[in-house]
Amino acid sequence: MSDFLLELRSEEIPARMQAGARAELEKLFRREMEAAGVSVGDITVWSTPRRLALIARGLPQATEAVSEEAKGPPEGAPDAAIDGFCRKNGVTREQLELRDVKGRNTWFAVIEKPGKATVDLLAEAIPAIVRDFSWPKSMRWGAASISTESLRWVRPLSGIVALLGDEVVECEVHGVTSGSVTLGHRFHHSGDITIGNADDYAMKLRAGHVIVDHAERQDLIRAGAAKVASEAGLTLVEDEGLVIENAGLTEWPVPLLGRFEEDFLEVPPETIQLTARVNQKYFVCENDKGELANAFICTANIAAEDGGARVVDGNRKVLAARLSDARFFWDVDRKKTLAEHAKGLERITFHEKLGTVADKVDRVAKLARWLVEENIVTPDLIRGGASSGAAEDKHNPGSGAGVTKEQLADWAEQAARLAKADLVTEMVGEFPELQGLMGGYYARAEGLPDAVADAIRDHYKPVGQGDEVPTAPVTVAVSLADKLDNLGRFFAIEETPTGSKDPFALRRAALGVLSLIRENDLDFNIFDAIKSAIYQGSHDISEDDASGRTWRPIYGLNAFFVDRLRQILKSEGRRHDLVDAVIPEGDVGFNVKIAIASSVALQDFLATEDGANLLAGYKRAANILKKEDWLGVEGEIARTGEEDPLALVDDPDMKAVIDAKMAERHAKQLSYTPEPAEKALMDALAQSEPAAARAIEAEDFSGAMAALASLRAPIDRFFEEVTVNADEEMKRANRLDLLAAFRAAVHKVADFSRIEG
Amino acid sequence: MDRNPQNSFQDMILALHDFWSAQGCLILQPYDMRMGAGTFHTATTLRALGPEPWNAAFVQPCRRPTDGRYGENPNRLQHYYQYQVILKPSPANIQDLYLESLRVIGIDPLKHDIRFVEDDWESPTLGAWGLGWEVWCDGMEVTQFTYFQQMGGFDCKPVAGELTYGLERLAMYIQGVDNVYDLAFNDRGVSYGDVFLENEKQMSKWNFEVAETDALFDLFNKAEAECRNALDANVPIAAYEQAVEASHIFNLLQARGVISVQERASYMGRVRDLARGACEAHMAKEAPAWAAKYPEWSK
Repeated sequence: MSDFLLELRSEEIPARMQAGARAELEKLFRREMEAAGVSVGDITVWSTPRRLALIARGLPQATEAVSEEAKGPPEGAPDAAIDGFCRKNGVTREQLELRDVKGRNTWFAVIEKPGKATVDLLAEAIPAIVRDFSWPKSMRWGAASISTESLRWVRPLSGIVALLGDEVVECEVHGVTSGSVTLGHRFHHSGDITIGNADDYAMKLRAGHVIVDHAERQDLIRAGAAKVASEAGLTLVEDEGLVIENAGLTEWPVPLLGRFEEDFLEVPPETIQLTARVNQKYFVCENDKGELANAFICTANIAAEDGGARVVDGNRKVLAARLSDARFFWDVDRKKTLAEHAKGLERITFHEKLGTVADKVDRVAKLARWLVEENIVTPDLIRGGASSGAAEDKHNPGSGAGVTKEQLADWAEQAARLAKADLVTEMVGEFPELQGLMGGYYARAEGLPDAVADAIRDHYKPVGQGDEVPTAPVTVAVSLADKLDNLGRFFAIEETPTGSKDPFALRRAALGVLSLIRENDLDFNIFDAIKSAIYQGSHDISEDDASGRTWRPIYGLNAFFVDRLRQILKSEGRRHDLVDAVIPEGDVGFNVKIAIASSVALQDFLATEDGANLLAGYKRAANILKKEDWLGVEGEIARTGEEDPLALVDDPDMKAVIDAKMAERHAKQLSYTPEPAEKALMDALAQSEPAAARAIEAEDFSGAMAALASLRAPIDRFFEEVTVNADEEMKRANRLDLLAAFRAAVHKVADFSRIEG
Repeated sequence: MDRNPQNSFQDMILALHDFWSAQGCLILQPYDMRMGAGTFHTATTLRALGPEPWNAAFVQPCRRPTDGRYGENPNRLQHYYQYQVILKPSPANIQDLYLESLRVIGIDPLKHDIRFVEDDWESPTLGAWGLGWEVWCDGMEVTQFTYFQQMGGFDCKPVAGELTYGLERLAMYIQGVDNVYDLAFNDRGVSYGDVFLENEKQMSKWNFEVAETDALFDLFNKAEAECRNALDANVPIAAYEQAVEASHIFNLLQARGVISVQERASYMGRVRDLARGACEAHMAKEAPAWAAKYPEWSK
C-alpha cells in the first residue's frame, strides 16, 4: 500500500473557482481509478491560488490479476470464424479449449489479464485528468497555442508533482513533465522545493511559506481578523464569503487592520461595507454600540518586514479614494428628489415587450392602490407574531396602526411610484446591490413619511427563502404589486421559467408572493389579483388581446403557484401531496390561505386513527366503484357529455340538474329494509355532509375534518356487515349509490383520490 | 545612467524601457492617433493576429473624454498614459518578468502586497477577449494582465500576453503622492500638473461643452465611409486607423451627451463592424504568407 500525491501547479486560479476545482479533481481521479480497477479509499484535496493538490491514501501497488473466459464458435465452424475469434481475444488456436455447451463442443479462449502496476495506471490517469478537467472558463497559452488544439487550463499550467510512495509517477501532459519539485511562496521563498512523498508535502510547503490546506487558511483568516478587530476594541462583522475568497487569494494569509477617516461614516454604512467588500475584499468592524466603525481589515499574502505598515497605508489610500466616490454619489444623488430621479425611468427599457420601467412603475402603483382598495392589504395587518425583522420596524413602530384606508392607499401608490427611482441614481449605478436600500435612504433624506421610505427600502423583499418577509402594510402592498405585475406580465408574453432557466426570477417572485400572503394572513384569490395586474395596464393591450388568446398564458400561473406552494410545504417538513387534494383542478385559481389551512388540517386529520381509517375506507369504496364502473349520480350526468365529471360537480349550471336527480333518487322508496349498518351509514351521511359543507363555508377546516371523522365508524361497520354485491339488483344498486354518496361527501372536503400512499 | 523612478515620472518610464528592452522587446513610440487604450495600437491589435513572434513595449497616451474632471479630481483624467508590453507567444516566465519590472521601478514585493486577482478582459469593439488578472499592489490595481484568446473575432494563434501598466497610478504610489498633479515629472522640479493641468481644464471643457456635435456626427460618418473605402482598396491598416478614429469620435459624442441609450448600442455595433472588417482584411491579406512560413498555424 502506498500514498499518492498529485499537485497541479498553475498561475493564479480565480478564488471563486477553487472549490469547484477541488471537487472536479477528486471526481476525475476516482473515475480514472475506477476504470483502471484500482480501489481508492480516503482522498484529501487542497487548493491554493497556485496549486491544486490531491492525496489518495493506501493505494495498492498493483491491480489483481484476472482470468476471463470468452465463448467462441462451435467445433467445426469455418476456419475464418475461429481465426477471427482468436484475433479478437489475442490468443493462438493452440490455446483454445473445447468445452461442452448443451451437448455441443464449443471453443473457449481463456484470457489471463495480469495485474498492472498502479504507478503505470497513474501515469496514464494523470494526463486524462488534466485533459478532461472542466473549468468555468479556460484558456490557451504559450508557443503551443499556435494550434487551437493545445491544452486548455484555467491559467497556464506550470508544473506537476506526482509521487506514489517515494516514487515519481512519470508522465507528460502537453509539454509539462511530472516530477517531485514544486515551488513555495511567490515572494517568501525562492528556489525549488523537492517533495519526498505525500506525508512531507504539506510540511515542506509550510516551510516554503505556503499553507496548502485551504480550510486551515480560512481558519487563520477567520481567527486573525477577529483578533486584530478585538485588539482595536472592535468587533469583526463576520463574512464567510470573504473568508473563503481571501483564502483563495493567498498562500500565507495575514489579516491587517487599518483605519479610514471618520468623516466617511456620514454616508450610509451599507455603502461603506459594500465598497470595502466588493471592490477591496476587506472585512469591516463594529464598535461596542453595534455601529459601523472607521476600520477595515485586509488580508495580505505576505508577512511584511515592517509588520504590514506600508501595506495597510497603501490599502487605506485605495479605500479612501473609493469612499470619496461613494460620498460624491451620496451628495449628488440627494440634489434631486426621488420623483425627479423617477423621470429618468422613462429612458430605461424594462423588457422589449413590456415597455419602460416607468410603464412598469405606473402599473405597480395602480395595483398597489387596488390591493388596498379591495381590502386585501389593510391598515391593521400587523400580527402578533414577531417572526420577521421587517415587522419590527425600527423607524416607525406600528407604522400601519391608526392609519385610514385612504391614507394607506395613497402611501402605497406613492411608494410604488418612487420605489424604482433609485435605479437611476449614481450610487445604485455603481452598486446595483443597493437598489431599494438607497431609495429608502433618499426618501427619508427628503422627508417622506417613514412608512413610504420603508416600503421603498423593503419592497424587493423577500428575496429568498429565509429572507425577512415585510409586514408593514405599505410595504406589503408595494412588494405584492411589484411581484404580481412581474408574474402576470412575463407569463402573458410567455417568458416563463424552463428547467434551470429563470431569467426574470419568477420562481422567486411567486415564492415571495406566497410568503407575503402567509406571513400577513392575507385572504384573497391570487388569480383575481393577477387579472387586475394584467387588465389595469392599458398601453399595450388592444381590445382584441384583452379578451383573446394573448392573455391565455397567464392561466399557467395556477399550476406554477401550486408547485411553489408544494415546495414551501415540503421545505417545512409537511406533506406536499395534500395540496393537490385541497386545490381544485383546472384554471380556476385558488386562495392560498385556504389551501394551506385545509392541507394542514387534512394532514393533522390523516395522522389520527379516524383519518387513517377513513382514508382506507375511502380507497376501498373508490376501488369497488371503479371495479363496478359505477359512477353514481355525478357520473350519470357526466355521461351525457364529454366533460370532465369532476368539473361538472362544481358547475353552477349543473347544480339544479344534480339536485333534481338526487331528489328523485331519494324520493324512491327503498323496496327492501336496509340492514342496520347500511341504515347507519345513510344516517351518518345525512348528518355529516351538511355539517362538512357548513364548516368549509366558514373556513373551519378542522370542523370539516371532524364532520368527516363521524363517517369513519359507519363506513367501517358497513364494510364489515354489508355485502355490496348483493344478489338482488335493487340492493346492489342502492349500496353502490351509497358508496358513491360517501365518496362525494368526502370530496366536498378534499379529493382523497389525490392523496399519495 | 542612473534612473530615479521613485522621484520622477519620466525616470519610471525610462526604467521600464530599459528593463523591457533588455528582455528583447522593441521599444516603440506611441501611435499618433487619439485612442481610448493602448490595446488599440496596431502593435497590439494587429500584431496579436497571426503566427509571427512579436515582443514590443511602448507608452500610449489614452483619451477617455467622459473621464475628464476639469483638473479638479485627484485621480481622474481625460488624458493619461498606459505602458503596454506585448509578448507573443506568451513566455512561460511572463509573471516573473512582470514582477521583476516592478522591482526595477521600486516596488519590493516583500514590503508591498502584490496579488493577482481574477479579471477577464473583453473589448466588444475589437471583437477581442482574454483571461488574466488585475494586479494589485496593496489593494490598488496597478496593471491589467491578459492572455489574449481572440482578436477581431479570430483565435489568437499563438496567444500573446499583454501587460498594461497604469503609469500615473503607479507613479503616485511609488512617489507617495495623493494628487496626480503633484507627481514629480522629472527630478528637477517639474510636476505633472505643470505639464498637464491646463490641458485637462481646456480639454474637459471642449469634450463636454464645446465640441461641435454636428461636425462630430459628420466625422463619424466620414471615418466609417473612409474605412470602407480603404477596405475596398485592400489596405487594411489604413482601414483599421479609420476604425480607431470612429471609436474616438463616438467617445466624444458620448461625452457631449448626444447619444441616447438605444443609439449607443447601434454606434458601438458600427465601430465593431469597422474594427472587425479591418482585422478580417488584415488576416486575409497576410494569411497565405503566414501559412507558408508556419504550417502548424493554419491547422
